[in-house]
Amino acid sequence: MSITEILFWGLSVLALFGAVMVVASKSPIHSILFLIVVFFAISGHYILLNAQFLAIVNIIVYAGAIMVLFLFVVMLMNLNAESEPKKNRMLQFAGLISGGCLFLVLIAAISDTTQASQMVQMGGGNNGLIKNLGMVLFKDYVLPFEISSVLFLSAMIGAVVIGKKEKENS
Amino acid sequence: MLLAIDLALIIEKLVLIVIVVMASLVIAMYATYGERKIAAVLQDRRGPNRAGPFGILQPVADGLKLFFKEEIIPSFSSKALFILGPSLAMLTAIMTSAVVPWGDQVHFFGRDISLQIADVNVGILYVFAVVSMGVYGIMIGSWASNNKFSLISGLRAASQIISYELAMGLSLIALLMVTGTLSLKEMVLEQQTGYWNIVYQPLGFLIFLICAFAECNRTPFDLSEAENELVGGYHVEYSSMKLGFYLFSEYINMFVSSVIMATLFFGGYDIPFLNEANYDQNWMALFGVLALMAKVVGFIFLFMWVRWTIPRFRYDQLMHLGWRILIPLALFNMLITGALVLLKQNNWHF
Repeated sequence: MSITEILFWGLSVLALFGAVMVVASKSPIHSILFLIVVFFAISGHYILLNAQFLAIVNIIVYAGAIMVLFLFVVMLMNLNAESEPKKNRMLQFAGLISGGCLFLVLIAAISDTTQASQMVQMGGGNNGLIKNLGMVLFKDYVLPFEISSVLFLSAMIGAVVIGKKEKENS
Repeated sequence: MLLAIDLALIIEKLVLIVIVVMASLVIAMYATYGERKIAAVLQDRRGPNRAGPFGILQPVADGLKLFFKEEIIPSFSSKALFILGPSLAMLTAIMTSAVVPWGDQVHFFGRDISLQIADVNVGILYVFAVVSMGVYGIMIGSWASNNKFSLISGLRAASQIISYELAMGLSLIALLMVTGTLSLKEMVLEQQTGYWNIVYQPLGFLIFLICAFAECNRTPFDLSEAENELVGGYHVEYSSMKLGFYLFSEYINMFVSSVIMATLFFGGYDIPFLNEANYDQNWMALFGVLALMAKVVGFIFLFMWVRWTIPRFRYDQLMHLGWRILIPLALFNMLITGALVLLKQNNWHF
């Protein structure tokens, strides 16, 4: 095994362990912290694929910003294992079935692909480097890029409007 | 062969990592001494002067005191997270130093050794990512303490850091437009041949400086440690070396952000008015490191000077400054810089 393979397996185990613990842990705070572990493991995978920009942005945006907000909300609501409401048996059953269906579909889709038996080429290619990424984004995909930025802007304005309304009411 | 990696490279990097971590710890240790001395001078006192000549052993005595204090983990806290909090604060404080170019290459034992642990081509984004992770140490610790005061303080610290991160990122974008690279090493090389970035980005530097104060939780933005309203801040429940870690990580953060500011805006290890290529490589690398350290000491002094001069902001003033003044200013700076860069590419024709 080369060092990239060892890293790949280590990171995969970490990611899967974290993902299982997100679902399995009782306290929502622990779930969030394990989700952060998952993001870090996935960023490690990006680095193995030589996509450093994507790896760092994944950490900045997901682990650094979005998860902080999650943590914020959970801390303010003070959700604990004790205060967790009893879940409906039927709901749990429905969740199990729908989750299982999704799992089956994914497995079927992946096993059908022609490249399933091939391992991903690690450390090669430089598509993920920031220079090439910028070239692709601003030359070949300008229109989708700009449209998505407009979408972001409108979401931002929407958030501000919602925030202001609540202030006036109180 | 199992690991196809140069063994000498591993040893070289390990030695470098140990040196950098030890140096950050020692400098942070003496920053506490410096802070007390500067506070003393500004308040017309003598400061610590009992342990050793000029009180030079004071940090050691402080450290020993913290180590020998009784360690209390409150029974109502969540234990694992209570321990994780200060560890994370310390870890994220030290991690930033991995991408900083501490000096130029040195030539030892027939090898060119770069005085930088990792020359990542997204260096500045890495710094930004680690800074944004810095919130977790405080948030986790404050929540795990299960104390209202520390929770309030943790929330204050987190919202402050998130708010100021935005302005910091926007001021960095303007800098990146000028330099055209994300690698800290290349930025230093550019500044060695041309002017320092402070010449091109004075407003950007000002915004970055203010945000650095806020990110380090230093006065005038140390709302999370406002002792007259919050008892002691997010570390009320902490004792012994865990408290020491929180206090210490603040000084390491201060050191690292001084290094980053010196690297980004003040030429890093560049010695002003001197062409390094004319002299012996190893000596120039050594003097380069010393030049960087001199700049860093200057910044640390600025941090302390401000702390003992300017009183703390009110919380609404802090948020007002961050969102209504710094972010629009940073956006304005970004637009101006973008326009000038574009004009320069067109050879100053419209």
